[in-house]
Amino acid sequence: MFDFSIVTTWFDSLLRDTCGLSSFWAILIECVLVGVFILAAYAILAILLIFMERKVCAAFQCRLGPMRVGPWGIFQVIADVLKMLIKEIFAVDKADKLLYSIAPILVLIGSVGAFSFMPWNKGATILDFNVGIFLMTAISSIGVIGIFIAGWSSNNKYSVISAMRGAVQMISYEMSLGLCLIAAVVLTGTMQVSGIVEAQSGPFGWLIFQGHIPAIIAFVVFLITGNAEANRGPFDLAEAESELTAGYHTEYSGMGFGFFYLAEYLNLFIVAGVASMVFLGGWMPIHIGVEGFDKVMDYIPGIVWFLGKAFALVWVLMWIRWTFPRLRIDQILKLEWKYLMPLSLLNLVIMTIVVAFGWYIK
Amino acid sequence: MKLNNIELNANDFANEMAKLRNEKHFDFLVTIVGEDFGEEGFGCIYILENTQTYERISVKVVAADRENPYLPSVTSLWKAADLLEREVYDFFGIKFIGHPDMRRLYLRSDFTGYPLRKDYDMDPEKNKAHMYDDPEPDYTLQYSLDKDGNLVETRHKLFGDDDYVVNIGPQHPATHGVLRLQTILDGEVIRKIYPHLGYIHRGVEKISESYVYPQTLAFTDRLDYLSATMNRHALVGVIEEAKGVELTDRIKYIRTIMDELQRLNSHLLFYSCCAQDLGALTAFIYGMRDREQVINVMEETTGGRLIMNYYRIGGCQADIDPNFVQNVKKPCAYIKPMFKEYQDVFTGNVILENRFKGVGVLSREDAISYGCTGGTGRATGWQNDVRKHHSYGVYDKVDFKEITYNNGDSYDRYMVRMKEMEQSVHIMETLIDNIPEGDFYIKQKPIIKVPEGQWYFSCEGSRGEIGVFLDSKGDKSPYRLKFRPMGLPLVSALDTMLRGEKIADLIAVGASLDYVIPDIDR
Repeated sequence: MFDFSIVTTWFDSLLRDTCGLSSFWAILIECVLVGVFILAAYAILAILLIFMERKVCAAFQCRLGPMRVGPWGIFQVIADVLKMLIKEIFAVDKADKLLYSIAPILVLIGSVGAFSFMPWNKGATILDFNVGIFLMTAISSIGVIGIFIAGWSSNNKYSVISAMRGAVQMISYEMSLGLCLIAAVVLTGTMQVSGIVEAQSGPFGWLIFQGHIPAIIAFVVFLITGNAEANRGPFDLAEAESELTAGYHTEYSGMGFGFFYLAEYLNLFIVAGVASMVFLGGWMPIHIGVEGFDKVMDYIPGIVWFLGKAFALVWVLMWIRWTFPRLRIDQILKLEWKYLMPLSLLNLVIMTIVVAFGWYIK
Repeated sequence: MKLNNIELNANDFANEMAKLRNEKHFDFLVTIVGEDFGEEGFGCIYILENTQTYERISVKVVAADRENPYLPSVTSLWKAADLLEREVYDFFGIKFIGHPDMRRLYLRSDFTGYPLRKDYDMDPEKNKAHMYDDPEPDYTLQYSLDKDGNLVETRHKLFGDDDYVVNIGPQHPATHGVLRLQTILDGEVIRKIYPHLGYIHRGVEKISESYVYPQTLAFTDRLDYLSATMNRHALVGVIEEAKGVELTDRIKYIRTIMDELQRLNSHLLFYSCCAQDLGALTAFIYGMRDREQVINVMEETTGGRLIMNYYRIGGCQADIDPNFVQNVKKPCAYIKPMFKEYQDVFTGNVILENRFKGVGVLSREDAISYGCTGGTGRATGWQNDVRKHHSYGVYDKVDFKEITYNNGDSYDRYMVRMKEMEQSVHIMETLIDNIPEGDFYIKQKPIIKVPEGQWYFSCEGSRGEIGVFLDSKGDKSPYRLKFRPMGLPLVSALDTMLRGEKIADLIAVGASLDYVIPDIDR
């Protein structure tokens, strides 16, 4: 299996030894490069996801989707992005200008922050702290503040209602989301992203195989709550377009709106990415204990495994979104506080018992 | 129906009406027609129905004073009178004593004069468009009589000081047009709804008074554009009945099939819009996809996809297309498996049941009192199908079921429409092979005059009873033409249905009521 840390160590030694740079300059250059990589990957993935959403949704609805700009409309999203970039940003009269302008940035920060934890390949996890998962959930919850501020500062009654709904929903669903991740942490024994992925090596090492019943429950609950966290449908109450026009981002134009749009799609990818990282082994290939088969699987690069799993989950989430009608706010909260929360608590207990007695597959 | 009005005196009017309602069971107020009776003064004609025997009567009452006309209100007897009396006040300036909310309904609050009065001056200089917003008062007036018989005004505030008021509409994706619902919220919970109408008011009734009969037909398709043919059926029906035109069977068959195609078309759109309002966009597209098949059939014969302009006085605009029989059979066969698909993708969904069941409940008594006909009324168990009880066309020759449910909630309203689509297909399949030979049009004189008298004729539109009242003085234009809109009772019942429910329920109930705004505003 190709270890990406070979490249990173070579580049580091290139800067320090060959070019003779001091530690400060070497790290600065590396940080800038990594930052550029994150933002580039973020933007490219957003474009891919938007295109995918339009095509997948079209397929579910017996339509073709965008077909005019380029073959199969592949340049449609790029054209849309260009349009959005050159649109004028104008603020609403009597809006709270400061909060109004920082809200989209807050949403973006939360999303880029969480995005930086993705395990792309062996040795290619960008932020790899020993409290990785914990820090990631903390950073991603900044997004709630952004949504709440956006709705509040827009000076629009629909937006305020939407902001309240968004805040209530996302804060509630973070409970189950965290509990599901903790269940996984109990099994792997580490919060570090690379550690969690490494713990899933070996035949049938993926967590949903290792942890069998409690892990599968945690995985399903995680997908449901993750869908709610990403504000996507059937949980897209905050931007329920038939009720609240566009919800908290009604009053944003140009890139202000663009940031919300970007963050929404990347949150979808982050949910899928975290689910595949924690429960489906991240970049880890599938191993079944037969040497030849495992060898062949190892030849497929880790990034293909990771993106493959993530996009498969993204597809499932899109399938759900384009099939179900929207829930009502009290039904959403009932689902979380009466069913998912107790279920994930119970699941955590089961997982602890399973781990304590060593009943997992290893 | 030629109206033989029971003429009541304004003084004992309230008592007599109470007797009619309570003792003779005329508990369904079909409509109130305001009219300028010339020398007699301003007055109203009330059309009432007994919901047990389906007998209809009409009551006429005239306000004595032409300068300052007033009549007793019947809002305490029929809730439908709430908006209907406001409409009469708006157009004729008749003040209703005891009505709790005597504001204008369709026109701006600063409009001067009452446009449907015959002495109203239509000089454009005196009726300039305002360049500023409507200065809506935040209070309303109630009129009462003091001991000496003088009118006394009482002011009521519309909103409390701490009310959080949100305007749902006039531009809002879920109101299906330009309806404005001024909603007082308590968090997510609705405390009161004030409907504001008139954003697409075109004064169809007023314009019709200066048009000859064939010209008035052009408006009908543009009222409720989703029951275009039924609206027109009602108008040509009333003129033909007044003139005593005997239609051939062929005309009746064609009209019946066209009406059912239109109903299928409308209900498919209803299904789509329900899905869209609840956020299920895929189900929405499925409905639109299948509606296309139905529209294509209508297009091939009438040339129109939305506005058909197909019926005319004495028959139809043209004979049916040679392929019509084949064309109708095709979507009938196509749509049946699709009903199963709708069931799978939307109706059977647990989220839909949660969103619809027990939401926006309307009791049978309220449905009758508000006059909510059509699917909304039938969902409460009130059998009000005009096709069954005041048959027209060839509906008496077809055996079809009148779908009724009992809970009166959004789910039942939805199910009534879903089942009615199957009945429409059944009616079309029964009739399509038996279209008799004959004339498609019975030649009329170039200038159509209707004998003196008052008539009322109604059809079952896609969302209720569409009725047309015609008062003729024997001229080539109507003296007074009044449509009974299908959506107005639905809007007036919104407040009752939605108090204490959530904003999201407003959308769900609005979707299940299926009102079309141009029909309400006229």
